[in-house]
Amino acid sequence: MTASVAPLVDLSGDRRRRRRERVVKRFFAVAAGLSIFISVMIVVALVEEAWKFLTQIDLAQFGLNGWFPRRGRFQILALLTHSLIITAISMLVAVPFGIGSAIYLSEYARPRTRRFLKPTLEVLAGIPSVVLGFFALQFITPSIVRRVFESADSVNLLAAGIGVGILIIPLVASVSEDAMRAVPRALREASYGLGAKRWHTALRVVVPAAFSGIVAAVILGISRAIGETMVVALAAGLNGVLNLNPLDGGLTMTGAVANLAVGSDQVAGDVAAFQSLFFIGLVLFVLTLTLNVVSERVVRRYRQRY
Amino acid sequence: MALSAPTATEVVAVSLVRGRRSWLNAGITGALFFTLLSSLIILITLLADTIAKAMPVFQERGLSFVFTGLSSRVETAGIVQGVIGSLALTAFVIVVAFPLGTAAAIFLEEYARDSRWTRFINANIRNLAGVPSIVYGILGLFLFVKLINQGLFDIAAGISGRNLVAGGLTLSVLVLPIMIITTAEALRAVPSSIREASFGVGATKWETIRSHVLPVALPAMLTGAVLTVSRAFGETAPLLLAGAVLSQYFSVSADAGFFGLLTDQPYTALPLIIYNFARQPEAEFIQLTAASILVLLVMLLSVNAIAILARDRMEEKRKI
Repeated sequence: MTASVAPLVDLSGDRRRRRRERVVKRFFAVAAGLSIFISVMIVVALVEEAWKFLTQIDLAQFGLNGWFPRRGRFQILALLTHSLIITAISMLVAVPFGIGSAIYLSEYARPRTRRFLKPTLEVLAGIPSVVLGFFALQFITPSIVRRVFESADSVNLLAAGIGVGILIIPLVASVSEDAMRAVPRALREASYGLGAKRWHTALRVVVPAAFSGIVAAVILGISRAIGETMVVALAAGLNGVLNLNPLDGGLTMTGAVANLAVGSDQVAGDVAAFQSLFFIGLVLFVLTLTLNVVSERVVRRYRQRY
Repeated sequence: MALSAPTATEVVAVSLVRGRRSWLNAGITGALFFTLLSSLIILITLLADTIAKAMPVFQERGLSFVFTGLSSRVETAGIVQGVIGSLALTAFVIVVAFPLGTAAAIFLEEYARDSRWTRFINANIRNLAGVPSIVYGILGLFLFVKLINQGLFDIAAGISGRNLVAGGLTLSVLVLPIMIITTAEALRAVPSSIREASFGVGATKWETIRSHVLPVALPAMLTGAVLTVSRAFGETAPLLLAGAVLSQYFSVSADAGFFGLLTDQPYTALPLIIYNFARQPEAEFIQLTAASILVLLVMLLSVNAIAILARDRMEEKRKI
């Protein structure tokens, strides 16, 4: 008696098919590797030109008053200060409104309210920043800021900061809402079971449990605010002199880059002024990259596991 | 018995009575609701204000400014170059960034094992998505405008780097990380049972992806792609640096041809025109800016609406 032997089949498939698999896979791998190439190019472009800038100027020029690249005055501190003032104002807007919206959407909203109001945030997130810049310049400044503070300038850091804040509300809201929705139901039910009210459960149980996500949302918001350009370019003015008063205008880092690009159609002309643009870009890149990495670390390190 | 410890019912009752302070509850609920509602209020204010400012333009000129060219005179200034430029740039982004982003996402989700190298690429993409858009503009200036202007590549000698290709590539690079992230999410949402069914009948990896994974993930992929592309549509800052024309003097030679239009002619985009109008001091330009903003928003909304309709249609087909 001979046992019937299953015919030996070549399971590896035919050669053409295998080759096609390899080619396809390689193509996809190259596409994924492209992101590394882009990052490297960004760093190369910024560092190379920023280095040329640094070797070309006298470092004492950083200490001169004001940022006036065409006159050889490169007080980066002034730009940084204006950027930070705008960021602080924008966070005063985006943190309460963004986190408040997130708490309401995650803990209070009935499905119908949610269906109606969640898209509002999405639409707001889709408004181009140049539109909000115009809004900050032509509505927030004359109708809000200058009505409250009569001494405010026609371009000022306050209005630009509010504009940037509006732009960031949806980001802060969606990231912190995700964090709150990830908090398990059991925690809420335990809280209700102990007789806690809804606000008590929301603010004392859910928010602390989602705290790392909320912090990450705020850090991401700060990073976005520092890098925001068009609102600032339109509504914050071109004043390169260090100014601490939010009611006056001030040039930010992003505003300075935009202004250099607009200053003449051939930016490539004036050497040091042109290269200062890359230097600011490098500072911006390092700042935002650090913030993004920190926010990721915060999430990973302090996330509660349930 | 009168002074025994309170029973559970009593504790609950006390706690419920203490709940009389429901004004606190109502106050907090109201405050939280207000923060959410304010987004809607802002949106309505923004639209109403823009429409009010744009009204005179529509009353005097109707929609004709959409079809006339740029001019330094307010009465005749139009935005047609911007509309065309924006549409061309969007098409460019779709052609370049959508296939590349999809390919990268397929590799990361379907092929790559969880190695240190993959994790590094993933982290890198997330970080790229957080880089400010103006930094991408600086990259575009460096790569596409400066290098090409210097004639670094022989092929490019004599061609101005400030062309549509430079702008389109800059925007594509800008949206690529976001495109990869949204597509990867769409692929992750495809249940693994679908893949296993396909492997079970002997399909290879690529056959499985093409015939099973992609069709299921397509609606979500398209939604993500449209959101991403509409972001590119509204971007201004990178194009400022990537060589778009900002002045009112704008002429494209009529006999440039298709390739010439892409590589040899000046270009601009609607958001840049809006930026330029918004910087003009005259009151009439404020009105024209508002009118152009409305055109931009309507174009954005209609693109989104079309995409949502297409997705719904596709999902309906899938159910049958």
